[in-house]
Amino acid sequence: METIDVRGLSCPSPVLEVKQAMDRGVKSLKVLADCGTATENVTRFARNANYSVDVKTLDDGTTEFTLNAQ
Amino acid sequence: MVKKLAYWPIVAGVIFGVAAPLLAKFGNPGNMGMCAACFLRDISGALGFHSAAIVQYIRPEIIGLILGAFVSSFLFKEFKPRAGSAPLARFFLGVFAMIGALVFLGCPWRMFLRLSAGDWTALAGLAGLIVGILMGIYFFKKGFSLGRNRPAHPLVGYMMPLFGVILLALLLWGMYGEATPVKFSTKGPGSMYAPLMISLGVGLLLGFVFQKSRFCTIAAVRDTVLLKETHILQGLVAFVLFAFITNMLLGQFHAGFEKQPIAHNDALWNFLGMVLSGLALTLVGGCPGRQLVLSGEGDSDAGVFIMGLLVGAGVAHNFALASSPAGIGANAPFMVFAGLIFCIVLGVFAKERR
Repeated sequence: METIDVRGLSCPSPVLEVKQAMDRGVKSLKVLADCGTATENVTRFARNANYSVDVKTLDDGTTEFTLNAQ
Repeated sequence: MVKKLAYWPIVAGVIFGVAAPLLAKFGNPGNMGMCAACFLRDISGALGFHSAAIVQYIRPEIIGLILGAFVSSFLFKEFKPRAGSAPLARFFLGVFAMIGALVFLGCPWRMFLRLSAGDWTALAGLAGLIVGILMGIYFFKKGFSLGRNRPAHPLVGYMMPLFGVILLALLLWGMYGEATPVKFSTKGPGSMYAPLMISLGVGLLLGFVFQKSRFCTIAAVRDTVLLKETHILQGLVAFVLFAFITNMLLGQFHAGFEKQPIAHNDALWNFLGMVLSGLALTLVGGCPGRQLVLSGEGDSDAGVFIMGLLVGAGVAHNFALASSPAGIGANAPFMVFAGLIFCIVLGVFAKERR
């Protein structure tokens, strides 16, 4: 599983990095995000791209996504 | 592409589309019910950073946007103090975004408001905005990034909301105080404004819904092209549609190219001004209004960008770059090209180290 850390990046970089990983054919990836906009964008984009989305909030407030192609 | 209706962006677009023409009805300048660039320019003048006597006023809408976003981000637990993503690059992107906007005479918000009122001179601006955004998208695809911010001390996050409160105090000092250093226009667009409580109230409401919805004119186009996502675009369409309807109902719709309020019909410079603005705004990550909202939710780099817009307004008026209804400023062509070169060099070379 590939991990993408988009914490601290401003839009559209977080969702663009996720898109580029998917375009490379990555079927399973973990994403670390830290702002509400990026969190929403990644969730929406992944669902539209037919990936399952599991969300977990870590102790430091980071949102950890697990995305899997369906 | 419209897989699901975007609830919050549409709500934000509808409220904005109705409110902005109403603000013009209540006293704001023509087709300028709400304009982040023009209003920051007026604030810059009121604080004495430029001496164009007809565009000086502390616009309560701007204060409301920052504070409304601050309240919303607190309620939804999204207030996150953060800083440190190439602040000086963002500052100069702000300077050039403002210069481009003042060559066109409006930020993207006002561009759409002008179109919704039948001002077809804004069509060249729309084309320019789209070209600017497409250029920005190209750089993002090639790996452009201004780098990461870091979590910051809460005090850092409170600075822009505090700046909003200070602007409010200065506004009251300018309105009611004696021997005030705050400059207010006695004629021209700066002297035209809706009653304070209405302007402030609408600003607060919009700041709140824009924070919740992430409403942004740049993201509307950018995400549609880059991600095939119409989430924010749906909000923009609702905004333009409802602004059009409201303008019709208020008798503020006048279709044509001539004699449009606070606009000129120099298509080339309307286009190029907006190319510059659209590119600078895409590189920084959102339109001026969106940056005001981000600055309210603790993004100190967005705050630095706003400071760049304020300084850019001073530069634009002090160096004969800003347009007037009579046409563009004497030095505008040089500065628009200088700004484009700045943005392109940044777009090509600024990449995140991995």
